[in-house]
Amino acid sequence: MIDLLKEIFSYPFMIRAFLVGTPVALCASLLGVSLVLKRYAMIGDGLSHVGFGALAVAAALNASPMIVSIPIAVIAAFLLLRLSENSKIKGDAAISLISTGSLAIGVMVISLSTGMNTDVNNYLFGSILSMAQSDVILSLGLSAVVILLFVLTYNRIFAVTFDENFAKATGTNTEGFNMIIAFLTALVIVVGMRLMGALLITSLIVFPALTSMRLAKRFFTVTLNAAFVSIICLWLGLILSYVYSTPTGASIVVCNIIAFVIYSIIKKIRETKNE
Amino acid sequence: MSLITCKNLSFEYEGVPAVTDLNFSVSDGDYLCIVGENGSGKSTLIKGLLRLKKASQGEIILDHELSPDEIGYLPQQTAIQKDFPASVYEVVLSGCLNSLGLKPFFTRKEKNIAKSNMEKMGILHMKNACYCELSGGQQQRVLLARALCATKKIIVLDEPVSGLDPIVTQELYEIIEHINNVHKITIVMVSHDIKAAVKYASHILHLHNSQLFFGITEDYIQSDIGKKYIGEFV
Repeated sequence: MIDLLKEIFSYPFMIRAFLVGTPVALCASLLGVSLVLKRYAMIGDGLSHVGFGALAVAAALNASPMIVSIPIAVIAAFLLLRLSENSKIKGDAAISLISTGSLAIGVMVISLSTGMNTDVNNYLFGSILSMAQSDVILSLGLSAVVILLFVLTYNRIFAVTFDENFAKATGTNTEGFNMIIAFLTALVIVVGMRLMGALLITSLIVFPALTSMRLAKRFFTVTLNAAFVSIICLWLGLILSYVYSTPTGASIVVCNIIAFVIYSIIKKIRETKNE
Repeated sequence: MSLITCKNLSFEYEGVPAVTDLNFSVSDGDYLCIVGENGSGKSTLIKGLLRLKKASQGEIILDHELSPDEIGYLPQQTAIQKDFPASVYEVVLSGCLNSLGLKPFFTRKEKNIAKSNMEKMGILHMKNACYCELSGGQQQRVLLARALCATKKIIVLDEPVSGLDPIVTQELYEIIEHINNVHKITIVMVSHDIKAAVKYASHILHLHNSQLFFGITEDYIQSDIGKKYIGEFV
């Protein structure tokens, strides 16, 4: 085991994958608790597909992927938030319209420019090799912003998540906080997308929150537990991906599935004990 | 002293009037029940008082000592809350947010306010319990404690007893009466339960998309509209 870890950390690309992945997993899980409880998980899914389209366009234009995809994802986040708040225009259908639309545009752009190759596969399912030095800096910087904002607004995020009407009536700017959550989600998704893959990045948001809610009963412990599960699963997934040369995103999701099952079993055992 | 005064107040949803031309006032220490059938504009008016919905006409004048952020609110339960992982303490403490200003975290002062309100509602012993595992009556006490954290003067309750069994309903009415009598908190309550309304409230506002009656409860019982409406439910 120790030999394996030594071997893994002798490769700079593996160190980069850990450095990018860990803060992204942490941020995604923190935001995920709120998104899942507010029934906004679909926003994450929509955003990742928009991000894929943006990456494809950036690659075709030979532009920096981050500079193109961050603003597009942020704009899409605000749009998706508006759609899911406004049930009159069939928010869920509108979101799937935007996500499949972006995916299709991305695939078209790639086919017409470079052709469908392994790059597309990496975009969709994630690659351990895709992280550059600049990604590490960007990821650490953005994650620091997300964590700082989350900690400073934690009490308000709780209030807005638990009861938006009460929070609004007592003077909290709920629209503002919803936008902050959507904005931070967009940043996390864009940064984590190439490691996790466009199709699987949402799992980082949804899985740890749901896993942690199996056992934790307080918002604070749910949040801490989600962060813990998310980081552990990411680390195990990266190792799995290295050892078996499997796509990174898929490996991490498999670890998350296992964690979910373990938590569910513990919950069942506890319940039967209490009866 | 009048805490809230409404003048020619109207609300509409996309051009369709929901409730029109309301004129009433709530004084310090009052217990006002807003009654009326489903869809008569009761909840809309509550949303208006809390500034969750803009008036299409008229105005709501608040006493200069009452900031709009300092109205305690007990909303109808949403589906999200039913399985929400939060402790009783976390929920009650979130009622103190409006006194936080720009500070990011709660201080000892807010924590003490939350504790004393949990004590008032008799839920201090379950402060670490999960909100989602409580009974309906206990959940309402938690939300009442949270509403008390947000205000020193007035709480607005939207159908607080809906879905509760008769014994728990009775208990909750007594708690609300206690808050009104002992802690001198003004009560504005939307209710379906006309019998309890005339039993506990000092004032009645009867809506049917417009204002059918406003005044003290004794007058309401004697009025034609009051006799008819109470008669239907006895």
